[in-house]
Amino acid sequence: MNGIGITTQDFLLFLPTLTLTLLGLGVLILGLIFPRIYRETMAAVVLIGIAIAVFIIVNHNWSDKALIFNGMISVDKFSHGFAVVFMIAAGLTVLLSLNSLEGSSLLVSEYFALIIFATVGMNLMAASAHLLTLFLGVETLSVSLYILAGFRRTDKFSLEASFKYFLLGAFASAFLLYGIALVYGSVGSAKLSAIAEAISGANGSAIASPGLFTAGLVLMVVGFGFKIALAPFHAWAPDVYEGSPTPIAAFMATGSKAAGFAALMRVVIASGMMSNIDWQQVMWVIALATMTIGNIVALRQENVKRMLAYSSIAHAGYILVGVLANSELGSSAVLFYLLSYTFMNLGAFGVIAFMARGERDNITLQDLRGFAYRHPLIAVAMSIFMFSLAGIPLTAGFISKFYVFLAAVQSGYLWIVILGVINSMISLYYYLGVVVQMFMHRNEEEKPAFDPLPAVALALFIAAFGTLNLGVSPARWMEIFQDLARSVM
Amino acid sequence: MLNNLPLLTLLIFTPVAGAVLVSLIPREYPNLMRTLALAFSLLAFVISLPLFFGFDNQLTSFQFEERAEWIPALRATYHVGVDGISLLMLVLTTFLTPLVILSSWDNIKRSVKGYLVSMLMLECGMLGVFVALDLLLFYVFWEAMLIPMYFIIGVWGGERRIYAAVKFFIYTMLGSLLMLVAILFIYFYYGRVTGTLTFDFVQIRELLFPENYQTWLFLAFALSFAIKVPMFPFHTWLPDAHVEAPTGGSVILAGVLLKMGTYGFLRFCLPLFPNAAMAFTPLISVLAIIGIIYGAWVAMVQPDIKKLVAYSSVSHLGFVMLGIFTLNHQGLQGGLMQMVNHGLSTGALFLIVGMIYERRHTRLIADFGGLARQMPIFTTFFMIATLASIGLPGLNGFIGEFLVLLGTFLSNKWYAVFAATGVIFAAVYMLWMFQRVMFGKLDKEENAKLEDLSTREIMILAPVTAMMILIGVWAQPFLAKMETSVDYLIRNVQARAAKVNDAPGLAPYVASIPPLKGVKGVSLVSSTVPENLESTDLMNDEMNLNAHPVSKNTPRAPLKGGVCCGGAQSIPPLRGVRGVSLASALEHENFESKDLMNDEMNSIGYPVSKNTPRAPLKGGVDEENGGSL
Repeated sequence: MNGIGITTQDFLLFLPTLTLTLLGLGVLILGLIFPRIYRETMAAVVLIGIAIAVFIIVNHNWSDKALIFNGMISVDKFSHGFAVVFMIAAGLTVLLSLNSLEGSSLLVSEYFALIIFATVGMNLMAASAHLLTLFLGVETLSVSLYILAGFRRTDKFSLEASFKYFLLGAFASAFLLYGIALVYGSVGSAKLSAIAEAISGANGSAIASPGLFTAGLVLMVVGFGFKIALAPFHAWAPDVYEGSPTPIAAFMATGSKAAGFAALMRVVIASGMMSNIDWQQVMWVIALATMTIGNIVALRQENVKRMLAYSSIAHAGYILVGVLANSELGSSAVLFYLLSYTFMNLGAFGVIAFMARGERDNITLQDLRGFAYRHPLIAVAMSIFMFSLAGIPLTAGFISKFYVFLAAVQSGYLWIVILGVINSMISLYYYLGVVVQMFMHRNEEEKPAFDPLPAVALALFIAAFGTLNLGVSPARWMEIFQDLARSVM
Repeated sequence: MLNNLPLLTLLIFTPVAGAVLVSLIPREYPNLMRTLALAFSLLAFVISLPLFFGFDNQLTSFQFEERAEWIPALRATYHVGVDGISLLMLVLTTFLTPLVILSSWDNIKRSVKGYLVSMLMLECGMLGVFVALDLLLFYVFWEAMLIPMYFIIGVWGGERRIYAAVKFFIYTMLGSLLMLVAILFIYFYYGRVTGTLTFDFVQIRELLFPENYQTWLFLAFALSFAIKVPMFPFHTWLPDAHVEAPTGGSVILAGVLLKMGTYGFLRFCLPLFPNAAMAFTPLISVLAIIGIIYGAWVAMVQPDIKKLVAYSSVSHLGFVMLGIFTLNHQGLQGGLMQMVNHGLSTGALFLIVGMIYERRHTRLIADFGGLARQMPIFTTFFMIATLASIGLPGLNGFIGEFLVLLGTFLSNKWYAVFAATGVIFAAVYMLWMFQRVMFGKLDKEENAKLEDLSTREIMILAPVTAMMILIGVWAQPFLAKMETSVDYLIRNVQARAAKVNDAPGLAPYVASIPPLKGVKGVSLVSSTVPENLESTDLMNDEMNLNAHPVSKNTPRAPLKGGVCCGGAQSIPPLRGVRGVSLASALEHENFESKDLMNDEMNSIGYPVSKNTPRAPLKGGVDEENGGSL
């Protein structure tokens, strides 16, 4: 293939993401034609579109590596494994959003379209075979999220969140882009495969300037660190999550984080940086700092959304341990963790979104008091999510932590695992706190109980079912993810 | 016949089925829920009976074994089985649960459904812990069981229930998380040495770890178990949890949950890390004795009956630990017996305290006095339970304590002397409490109106009391159940501990170990363990046909004696197990699944798996396959 050969085959292979893009445009147009369309109708359209994209992915036999669009995009098993995670996150977010959108019926189509475009950006990040594609993906995702974070235009916290996210996001993008430029300068190509070749010295290629290359990698890692909210680049996350509409915060914490990890892993694998002892040390310090800071600060949070934000930082630390392991087992553990995390975290945020219905979005631990006696089933679901986030067996959270730690022990990081379980121990306290409030305190004042919307109930059911299913019989998913990981390692 | 039914699986999941059904009943029908929960817990008890009576006392191997794939990608299996150590715990669990459900018939009034579902799920978790033979499966049950107990204490408990529930949960987790790391370490260490990754306890226990690893691994496991027991100084969660828990929760906590700690020592710490176990014996024995005496002293000054019984648990469990770490026959059997006894007598005491609390809403000793005349039936039951707890001959407590002290005396006289004072203190605090509550003058107005036990309450206490008397006068059937397993365990530990120094890799621990299952011609090694040929053949068939691929790939421990003379080292290392797989292809070997396993193993990325020499195969296999080695 030479020069500018883009074939029909390329488009066919790109069909899942293409479907999403068309879906996003379609939703916008639909909103234009039928401005008074029901939220539910629009959500149904979106969900059907996402389902079609997932269906295409699941039913196509993807090869281990297929580069399309002149080697800019890699449609391999790895990218599609991630794409399924993103779309699950997007689908659940759409369901949960029906709750929060109640007041603002005007902008429904824009809201859904932005979620879809963000998902397209995530897909691009996971599928990037070229640093520019990666950057494009990051920007598509980020710009959509900046808007979504500020979607409640009348709420100054939402605007603050949006603005903060935008400033820091732009900052991070600049880091990333500068890093890409330096890497490009030292390798002579921004293709991930070219970088991998230069590293290994295959085909007579080499890195022109190792110093620049390393500097470029450092800057890129800083950029990713912002996006994933790794310590010490995590400070934006709690404010942004707190201010954003709850479903969007959930989407950021799950989908966006997963996409960041996908991109990070692409770079890590291509650059082989984890075989370098210096990088190993930097990464394990970051991983440890991320989980410790996240967990310790979460202990003191009264606001449940902020608590979940810090917990989400801590989880990024655990997941990073899987990246650190730098093995097939590690990569599949990361994927498994991200999928589990999508279910349990979206579920937890979903319960908050449900509780906040019609009121201010910020639920404190006090508001949870006696919740189990008003909504027993939802309280049970919330406990499942909390136990899962804490990593108690029979839930996805346990298996994923176990899996990540397994990979780390295999790669010789016994001490990190020990510190990781101690962290897990600390986190138990604040997750239990939620359960304590819901079940073990009786409510002094009777609050009116209201039924959840069917869509929200469905989303919570799916999330709870996913969490338990991955926790009890994870075998099938693990096999799939090991297969995916094998294709990239 | 019984081997054909998946009895253990049925047993574990009967309570789950009950819990699901109970949760479907609308909340307007609490009595229907209670009846259903009781029915299912009784059903579990009925299922456990054939296990008890069908258990072959002579076999050292696990019985009623079941294996199924669980997470093939990680080689975690659903592998369950019972031996003489877990059997009694299993039956104790199924015996106590219906009584507990019956005992909370009236006094749990709010959220009845949640309580019953928690209780049934708790039973499932406890049974799972006792039968799991896969380390990961064990861990899952071990931790998952915390959740229902946490709710039982935290939702239906007393004033300080939240503090107690959170403390209970966090303490227990604290220990078990390090155990998780140890399990991961074992997993990879076993993989490195043998080339096979597995969580299967039956395979892992044939590997001997180098001594320095043993120390760390033992500590990681022991911390988790010691907190659960609880051993001094990890006991502080126990009085809180006991006092705050509702009656049913206390009974289960004392009756079964605490035994999981001691069971863990027996099941995992001793056989897996024999050298470390021996090295830590003095420390653990001393801590156990401190626990015995300290528990007794603190119990003596408690104004609250329930707290008194809780501290007596610390003392009693000290005896169990002391017995286990004598590492001799009498001590171990006594320890095991004492586990059962404590479950019965302390369980009964908590039930009794619950009954009196329901009537008077106080548990302070000072609020009572002279109840004997008012409540004669109650007095009788209380008296028997008290005496059993003290260890009066003719009741169950005596058997256990006597054996423990006997075993301790054989291993270290001074330990026995100090421990024996615990028996005296026990008599002091129990009898003194009994006297202040039941005898004397009936001087409190409220106590004059107390009613004696209802029929339901008699139905609860009668079975426990009957068992206490039965074990007291006729302990033989129960001791016989555990005899062979205890014997096997002790010999195993001693033989392996002697071998550690020349064991850098897979343990060639062979000397004087009773025959591994399915091996002929070795029974001369242990004359006390007559080999049951018929059932070993059965085992073989099961092993070959039951289509568990891992078991075929798996190296067995080397064999001694007639089959391959001169010990294990002389067997050439087996590479890739090809020869065997060909031979066993004759026995309907499933090649496909085997290849899958191989691929997966590579995919796990265990670097040396291809080049590492496999451990020598067990004799039984090559013998049957015409010596394909």
